[in-house]
Amino acid sequence: MRQVLLAVAFAVVSSPACAASVDAGRYQSVLGDCEGCHGKNLAGGVELMTPFGKLVAPNITSDKQTGIGNYTAENFRRAMKDGVGPGGKRLYPAMPYPAYAKMSDADIADLWAYFKTVKPVRHAVDVNQLRFPFNLRFMMRGWNMLFFRPALYAADKAKSAAWNRGAYIATGPAHCGTCHTPKGFFGADKGLALSGASLQGWFAPDLTGDPTTGLGGWSAAEVAEYLKTGRNAHSIASGPMGEVIEHSTSRMNGADLRSLAVYLKDLPASPGNGGGASGVEAQMKSGAGIYRMNCAACHSLDGRGDNILFPPLAGNALVRQTSAETLARVVLAGSKAVATRETPTGPGMPSFAWKLNDAQVANLLTYIRNHWGNRAPAVSADAVKKIRTSLRSASH
Amino acid sequence: MARLLPKRDAVIIGLGWTGSILAQQLTEAGLNVVAIERGPWRDTATDFNIAYMQDELRYAIRKELFLKPSVEAMTMRNNISQAAMPMRDYGSFLPGDGVGGAGVHWNGKTWRFWSSDFSIRSHLVQRYGAAKLKGLQLQDWGVTWNEIEHSFDQFEYLCGISGKAGNLKGQVQPGGNPFESPRTREYPNPPIKTGYAPTLFADKVRELGYHPFPQPSANLSQAYVNPLGVRMGQCTYCGFCERFACGNYSKASAQTTILPVLMKKPNFELRTECEVLKVNLTPDGKMARSVTYIDAKGVEYEQPGDIVVICAYALMNVRLMLLSQIGTQYDPVTGKGAVGRNYCYQTGSGARMFFEGKHFNPFIGAGSMGQTMDDFNGDAFDHGSLDFLGGGGISCDPSNGRPISYRPTAPGSPRWGAGWKKATIEGYNSSMGFSAQGSSYPVRENFLDLDPTYTDRYGRPLLRITFDFPDNDIRMSHFMSDQLERIAKPFGAKVTTVSRVRKGWNAVPYQSTHNTGGAIMGSDPGTSAVNKYLQSWDVPNVFVVGASAFAHNAGMNPTGTVGALAYWAAEAITSKYIKSPGKLVPA
Amino acid sequence: MSEQRALSRRRLLASVAALPILAATADGRSISGHLPWSPFAGEPPKPVSPLGWYFFNPGEVAAIEAIVNRLIPADELSPGGKDCGCAVYIDRQLAGPFGQGARLYNKPPFSPGLPTQGYQGDLSPAGRYRLGLRALNDYTHTSYKRGFAQLTPAQQDTVLAGMDGGTVALTLKPGFSTKEFFEMVLQNTMEGFFADPLYGGNRNMASWKMIGFPGARYDYRDHIDKHNVRYPRPPVSIYSAEG
Repeated sequence: MRQVLLAVAFAVVSSPACAASVDAGRYQSVLGDCEGCHGKNLAGGVELMTPFGKLVAPNITSDKQTGIGNYTAENFRRAMKDGVGPGGKRLYPAMPYPAYAKMSDADIADLWAYFKTVKPVRHAVDVNQLRFPFNLRFMMRGWNMLFFRPALYAADKAKSAAWNRGAYIATGPAHCGTCHTPKGFFGADKGLALSGASLQGWFAPDLTGDPTTGLGGWSAAEVAEYLKTGRNAHSIASGPMGEVIEHSTSRMNGADLRSLAVYLKDLPASPGNGGGASGVEAQMKSGAGIYRMNCAACHSLDGRGDNILFPPLAGNALVRQTSAETLARVVLAGSKAVATRETPTGPGMPSFAWKLNDAQVANLLTYIRNHWGNRAPAVSADAVKKIRTSLRSASH
Repeated sequence: MARLLPKRDAVIIGLGWTGSILAQQLTEAGLNVVAIERGPWRDTATDFNIAYMQDELRYAIRKELFLKPSVEAMTMRNNISQAAMPMRDYGSFLPGDGVGGAGVHWNGKTWRFWSSDFSIRSHLVQRYGAAKLKGLQLQDWGVTWNEIEHSFDQFEYLCGISGKAGNLKGQVQPGGNPFESPRTREYPNPPIKTGYAPTLFADKVRELGYHPFPQPSANLSQAYVNPLGVRMGQCTYCGFCERFACGNYSKASAQTTILPVLMKKPNFELRTECEVLKVNLTPDGKMARSVTYIDAKGVEYEQPGDIVVICAYALMNVRLMLLSQIGTQYDPVTGKGAVGRNYCYQTGSGARMFFEGKHFNPFIGAGSMGQTMDDFNGDAFDHGSLDFLGGGGISCDPSNGRPISYRPTAPGSPRWGAGWKKATIEGYNSSMGFSAQGSSYPVRENFLDLDPTYTDRYGRPLLRITFDFPDNDIRMSHFMSDQLERIAKPFGAKVTTVSRVRKGWNAVPYQSTHNTGGAIMGSDPGTSAVNKYLQSWDVPNVFVVGASAFAHNAGMNPTGTVGALAYWAAEAITSKYIKSPGKLVPA
Repeated sequence: MSEQRALSRRRLLASVAALPILAATADGRSISGHLPWSPFAGEPPKPVSPLGWYFFNPGEVAAIEAIVNRLIPADELSPGGKDCGCAVYIDRQLAGPFGQGARLYNKPPFSPGLPTQGYQGDLSPAGRYRLGLRALNDYTHTSYKRGFAQLTPAQQDTVLAGMDGGTVALTLKPGFSTKEFFEMVLQNTMEGFFADPLYGGNRNMASWKMIGFPGARYDYRDHIDKHNVRYPRPPVSIYSAEG
């Protein structure tokens, strides 16, 4: 059965069949953002905090003792696509095998060809530092049974080749949904794909066509520009997306970026953010004063920012997400924009946690989310307090 | 015993303006570069927080971003008959500290010295005859305007200087400075706005027949992307510029123009909080082998390098040369020796006019927000019948109204007790000033050497400054004060005061951080420490970059010329020295 | 020494909701390949507590409060120096690094210098206050039979004017003149009056309101073109949330 599926996948989405290529595999590792978790030299060690405890990204260099130097091609394929390591060891879905399962075997083979050339690094990693009972790997068997539906990418013949290529990258190797698709209690996808999701401390924004919260206001060219350079006229990337851009999308080729843009621009609109705040005159008045005092010298009184350095807040979908988590985070902790070859500046937003209390941050965010034509739900002091507490405990 | 580190292609001492430019250019040429910086790492969003940078006490009065005398002090005296004493606190000038150096907290006034400055001796001898220069140790710089003009251009485009050209390829441009030397292209950005007082000043002096123009400014008039792709913002006239770092990326500094690109390079490493103790020479003293530095934990390291570039503050460049025995100490009695020679400063005076019922809003300002006239600067005017050489730019450039320091009051007003508040309120809102920034010309008796008594925290001798305003400069400055008085008349102020420079340089009140010379460039190894490429005559793999190379100081702020010299030296290293290491100018 | 520090970058995990955390942070001594950045970075100023005294003893408190009230007398333009917190400000400054002269060059020998060479004594600013206030009380006890604080305002003015004008000589130390002491107190009092209120003085931004200084604002682009027009907004301090 699998062989049949594979053949179909091959025919519709993959590049022409050819011997596995190291260069093509290196590019697959860019698409998959392997460095993002496994580190620049792929020797692992990057710590990932989950609600279930700590996971440490393993060493995936070709070192035989501490890396994956002893893997066979089939071991590798199964880890990528089934979430099962050699000897039947279950991987945790922090490794996005549910997305990689969509990848063609040819792409996986290329990636393996590349990994075999990665310089071995002797670096033992204690991967599983989850709390009981989540540290019991067999539990993933149940998770997989409940939530894991492995399937190769199936092309939509009604759509263009570019659309299909974009859909393949987004849902497969680039695993966009891992962050941008809402998750249920057990961390599995739930709800409209790519409609935005909260990941403790960041809100990965809505990527659907909704004009208020999604990419409705961006042209396809602007989407591609953002992925390539980290910025466009609407926004500058920072936080986790900044890292994705730095390690992955900025290194994708132009055709793939355009394909991703075509696909994303075609996503059906999400229901949006539920509309603007009402009955918040006091918050708005206070927020206006806080904005003038603390924000206007960069983002301008008119909220238009300075589109090459400070992102505009007026008309910015990121400001109007259902959740103001990211906004609260950058006001409290500050943030640093991504620096790419095209956009090397990487400007930073300073931290205001020392100065603004929870109610003041809430007022400020309610104001910027509901001024200059923006409309989004109000932000409460309690919500800010929660974010402040979790940020503080994470940074100490 | 210092721990020996692996050799680098180039070791840069200090990561301020010049160090950053050298590091950027040398790494771009493929060299493996390490920069060793005494002070801390600092960057905009993390250290120059826009919500607490506007703290006059912390930054302007307690001088948080400046070098602490406890780290390195200097001694001073007015002449060799006095005993030099340490400046236990810096007052008259304030050296920088940390990554970005004084370029973090400068004002942003970005001038080009003139063609006649680089060839000052030749120019003045030709115009007035050699006798006119008697008593002044004026020397040509060894580099000519046509050689170095493109280096000014590089620095201005790096910074996004906002200004108006006055001379494009020999064509005088309306609205610019007609006295500047020819430039090849316009400034990268139009001038910033200049507010009420400078506008009034420009109108009045224009009526008098002079040529005011907007001061070239590293406070940007608009958003800008520099040739490295680094982006800057628009100045907001916040009035917290000099002594402060910029919180919104609108003042050019290493941080806002170079570091985002430089710091990401794999062939560059920065070590902060590491103080270089000396440059180590080979046993014959002919080449530098390494530098010795001490880190924050007190551990000593030896960092070998093929090239050593000294990019500290001007005065510290000279001290490091002396401590490392690079070159020969200047002797003010015989006039022989090159290191320590031609130390110069700046000769300033000011006018203040008190009006009734005007609103100058002095707190709305920027470091380089103003109008200047150069009709009495340098040799823009005929000195034939005058008893001095030199001159100064006259500027109205209100930078701030920070009230701990900025409280002008009419003469005779009480400073405390009954009545002082009323005078303060009136002076604060209804007065304006303008000033002359005068040249400082070298004389035999002003010089730098190592102090015989006082030492730093590591026991090394402090630098000793022997300086007083030369008689020539006093006469020049009094002439400038006369001009200020004359220019002030048509303003019709209720009261006008004009200050006058007196003999006896005082190290206590702030005057200027434009300390120049001591390791000057030139074409004669007998009278200059470095050649026209800022390469040590004595130790050719050492380059000494900064205002230490100025053979005299003009009536302008030095940073534009410092930046140009940095590009000029970098170009010499990357295009000449790397290809053929050795003396770039035969001695 | 030249070990590469781990990048303090945050990493995001994946499928299960994840909180990126900091890798081991560098102490900044060797930086290569990145621009350092970390969340919550910065050293914001800490507002001083208005309560109690950290440096002055009760006698000194009485004297310094009396002095700041004469240097800045209460009138229709502002409250007096004491009510504006100037004595509290000086107390906190002397209790901190300023008082200890932490930034100053303090190595011997301490030889008398010329006026152009600045203060050359071995006393820290805190030490100079301690000595100066004691000498002031000694002086008034000798001349008026009571402490400075107990003098009438007119007598206090006479003493201060004498210190300022050179007609009153306190018994201090060689290299530390009465005039120097006076100038130091005057400077610090004005610092307290005009500095941001977070340092203990300038209560309610009284001095900024008095002269029309808008304080800790950072953007005047909306007024730069309004020549000879009074700026309309009230002052704000660093800890003012709203402007």
